[in-house]
Amino acid sequence: MERFLFLTLDGLSTGAVYAAFALALVLIWRAARLVNFAQGAMAVATAYVGYAVVAATGSYWLGLAAAVLAGLLLGALVERVLMRFVGHANPLGDVIVALGLVLLIQAVLGMVFGNEYRPAAAPFDTDGLTVGGITAISPYDLWVFAAVAVVVVLLALLFTRTPIGLRMRASAFAPEVSRLLGVDVNRMLTVGWALAAAVGALAGMLVIPTGLGLHPHAMDLVFVIAFTAAVVGGLDSPVGAVIGGLLVGLILSYVTGYLGPDTTPLAVLALLLAVLLVRPGGLFSGVRARQV
Amino acid sequence: MTQSPYATVDARPSPLRRLLPPPPGAAGPRGSTLLRHLVLAVLAGAAVVLLTNQLEPYRNLQVARVCAFLCVTAGFTILVGLNGQLSLGHGALMATGAYTVALVQRGLDGRDLRGQWSVPLSLLLAVAVTALLGLVIGLAAARLRGPYLAGVTLAVATLVPAVTTIFTGVFNGEQGLPFPVATPPAFLGAYFQPERWLAWIALLAALLTMLLMANLVRSRYGRSLRAVRDDEVAARLAGIHVARTQVLAFVVSAGCAGLGGGVYAVLTATVASGKFPLELSLFLLMAIVIGGLGSLAGAVWGALLLVALQDLPALLTEAFTLPGGLAQRLEGNLALAVFGLILIVVMLVAPGGLQDAVRKATARLGRRRPRPSR
Amino acid sequence: MHRIARRGLAAAASLALLVGAAACANDEKNAAGNVPGVTDTEIVIGTHQPLTGPAAPGYARISAATKAYFAHLNSKGGVNGRKITYKVMDDGYNPANTENVVRKLILDDKVFAILGGLGTPTHTNVLEFLEGQKVPDLFVASGSRSWNQPDTYPTTFGWQPDYTVEGKILATYVKQAFPGKKVCHFGQNDDFGRDSLLGVEKVLGPVAAKQTYTPTNQQVGPAIGALKAAGCEVIISATIPGFTALAMGQAFGQGLRAQWVVSNVGADYTTLSAQLGDKKAILEGMIGNYYLPMAGDSADPWIREYTKIHQRYNGTNPLDGNAIYGYSMAYTFVQALLAAGQDLTREKLVDAVEKGGFQGPGLTPFRYSADDHSGYSGVRLNRVQGGVQSYFGATYTTDDGDGEVREHTQPPVTPPADAVPAS
Repeated sequence: MERFLFLTLDGLSTGAVYAAFALALVLIWRAARLVNFAQGAMAVATAYVGYAVVAATGSYWLGLAAAVLAGLLLGALVERVLMRFVGHANPLGDVIVALGLVLLIQAVLGMVFGNEYRPAAAPFDTDGLTVGGITAISPYDLWVFAAVAVVVVLLALLFTRTPIGLRMRASAFAPEVSRLLGVDVNRMLTVGWALAAAVGALAGMLVIPTGLGLHPHAMDLVFVIAFTAAVVGGLDSPVGAVIGGLLVGLILSYVTGYLGPDTTPLAVLALLLAVLLVRPGGLFSGVRARQV
Repeated sequence: MTQSPYATVDARPSPLRRLLPPPPGAAGPRGSTLLRHLVLAVLAGAAVVLLTNQLEPYRNLQVARVCAFLCVTAGFTILVGLNGQLSLGHGALMATGAYTVALVQRGLDGRDLRGQWSVPLSLLLAVAVTALLGLVIGLAAARLRGPYLAGVTLAVATLVPAVTTIFTGVFNGEQGLPFPVATPPAFLGAYFQPERWLAWIALLAALLTMLLMANLVRSRYGRSLRAVRDDEVAARLAGIHVARTQVLAFVVSAGCAGLGGGVYAVLTATVASGKFPLELSLFLLMAIVIGGLGSLAGAVWGALLLVALQDLPALLTEAFTLPGGLAQRLEGNLALAVFGLILIVVMLVAPGGLQDAVRKATARLGRRRPRPSR
Repeated sequence: MHRIARRGLAAAASLALLVGAAACANDEKNAAGNVPGVTDTEIVIGTHQPLTGPAAPGYARISAATKAYFAHLNSKGGVNGRKITYKVMDDGYNPANTENVVRKLILDDKVFAILGGLGTPTHTNVLEFLEGQKVPDLFVASGSRSWNQPDTYPTTFGWQPDYTVEGKILATYVKQAFPGKKVCHFGQNDDFGRDSLLGVEKVLGPVAAKQTYTPTNQQVGPAIGALKAAGCEVIISATIPGFTALAMGQAFGQGLRAQWVVSNVGADYTTLSAQLGDKKAILEGMIGNYYLPMAGDSADPWIREYTKIHQRYNGTNPLDGNAIYGYSMAYTFVQALLAAGQDLTREKLVDAVEKGGFQGPGLTPFRYSADDHSGYSGVRLNRVQGGVQSYFGATYTTDDGDGEVREHTQPPVTPPADAVPAS
């Protein structure tokens, strides 16, 4: 029982960071109807900026702000300079451009900073607190939970309570109609990319201190897991992303703890199949558009 | 090859038109598509064989790797380009074929059953086993669309190291399995270059795959594939069994990936889980899209690209001699940056891929409008 | 159509005839020839290394050091008048790339030998090929026992002490220094972890608890939790540097205060402290081991020589365990070349290594002989104290079988002038 509790807490705290990153994927899906395969590499790039600022100023919080700001800029830049010009003639054009961007970003980071692990400091203690004989959740984990919760609430408010959120949703779902109604669809796309990259940057700053350190490939695995989480939750739903992230975190923790570290990819596939064969659009999917 | 009518990407699909029988004359006089493809294949094969005779061992291995990848990309482009199903897990299917070949070869060798027949036999089994796996994945895939299918196949791609480690007794973990090398038959002479023999094996597999795929694309089934891609509802109305078509597409492309993976294993006489990482699956997808999605000529470009990607780092290392510190930063990284840039630029400049660009260029040169897509 | 077909078939037939005629033309002349990669003024050798990708951190610095050593050597006139060119190929730690670059090195670049190919899963896949080509495959940079199969792979040699030797020595030390304590094992889920555990259990019997990790899964929390639940007091760890840092950090966070005894693969203080940054204090008291001069020991004559080379040719990298490894392996290679003599051939190089007897820079002798292709025979323990990692206690040697663990009392040799072996 103690082991189970321990694994549950461990799973929730790793799940929270996957949730944060899955949120970024959901944002871009809602804004542009595409999966941004470069999200991980972009987050690493902004984390390098963030930790450069941490090193220069000594303040984690300035570094975090710099990373998020860098995310906003990078997201807008990628949309304005690249994604806007990917034609619709090829259904996979955006996927390939994103993959090209991954290679480019990782290579440039390797050239500039070297292919080495760099320490990534955490703003809070990562040592677990002991409650009732179980040591698991650390102050840092609590900060991650809080940060993810704040992002979810802010996004929910943005999409439901503000005109710009409404316009973003409208231009993603019905670009032509939105254009007729006077919505600047192109600008909404830029805003969507910027927002998603900023959330991705925040997620990167949250994830990296829990792993091997800052490295051009630091987010590769996280991307795969977070993508799984987003798919399990349903790519349209921010709540789904959070639930999916926590669920995947828990499964990974239980499987690693009870069956060993090798079996996790099998467990992830099983989870995906179990969810998607029952609900092909994820746990929190909307109604299917048409069916014969 | 650039003029072949099946090598086209349709920018504007017209779902119902695709369901009609082809206009007379389009499929070649008297419908002898098979014969025409056969002639093309024999010509291409003879040309490559002639080429391999002039090449140094390492160049022959490069030819062989192009052929092995061509088996994979030819089937893969049909799944993604013609049938519209996305797979990020074809690297795992290649691994299935490769491991099948390794296990069969080792099994035969352990029982002292050796001979020139063992390679074709193990490749055949590789196709069968991988096609079976493709059937399983395809059954699940037929229910899924877009990113959800991508998510499941991505999870499949990450399975290879897990499975080989869990069943270490069979697959020998990440160290993998060596197996007896395919040696040239005695009648070719004692000094026959072994790499050339490997290139021939790979070439035969690639030609066979291309021949089968070219005929499949032109068949009634090929038209069903496209119909399902363009509009599932319309395809259903026209009496096409959508799910069955999709599953079959997965089985066919899995079989091709199994063959390619098997040949790839034969070239080096070893398999290991580390050869089939997630990146391989992503690179395969890049290759067929950059080559020209849905086009077999594009699959050739894709296979060339995959080999170029493997060889680029070595080329760049030799091309530049830089001072120590800078060289260390650029080594390896430069090749990846160049490849990333190429991907981005090609997609922005020629969204239809290289084959589409070549087709347009030759059409312009010939002062003709591009042949209308059928 | 039929005309096309007929013409095509005719063309194909004539092509096929040409093929038959040309088939064996250029093969026979390739059969004979001089020693590949060796001229009167140059020896070209090659290697495969992870310069990019997840395995690049740390390991990419080994070949940089080896290259720097050869630059230094060449400036002093090379070996028997020949300068060494070291072709470093990036394989990204992917065995498919390893096979490709090694074939390119042998078939296309015609290198004389492969030196220091890095990694167990990568190098395993080129063993057969190198054996078939009869290429000297010296000093594989991995502690797997696979390199010691002289009957199957007569040209392949290991260099560093293998993981079983290391495990036996670590366990012997633990048995003496921590009697009665609960000893556990944490290892990578491949040959590295398995061979290490094998060595440990040869000495200690079954350990109290054992856990594994896989490099593609960074979630080590559950494994560390299990070690904590088992009440482990000493943890022998067969981990690569990233996972040493990760596991020790997790253990500290979970309140598991055990004595860590770490494999030399993942115990380099410079590497670990760079990765841990502000948290490097948790490394205090960590016991590791090594078999070469310690990077932090500026009084060591080898380190003094290496520092000169390092500053001149490799200044952008830190002088850490990886660099020492690269320099020392290059040194052994030059010793082998000298022993092979002026009239260099591949067979003579292999014979020279089998003859063995190379001294320094390592603390223990090599095991090289006609029927043993494994490298250094032992290690010495070190400890992190006040932010410095230094040796303590005796140097031990043993074998990967049931041989006993012995103290090695002979003092290490001092380097020749400029750390260039004299002929």
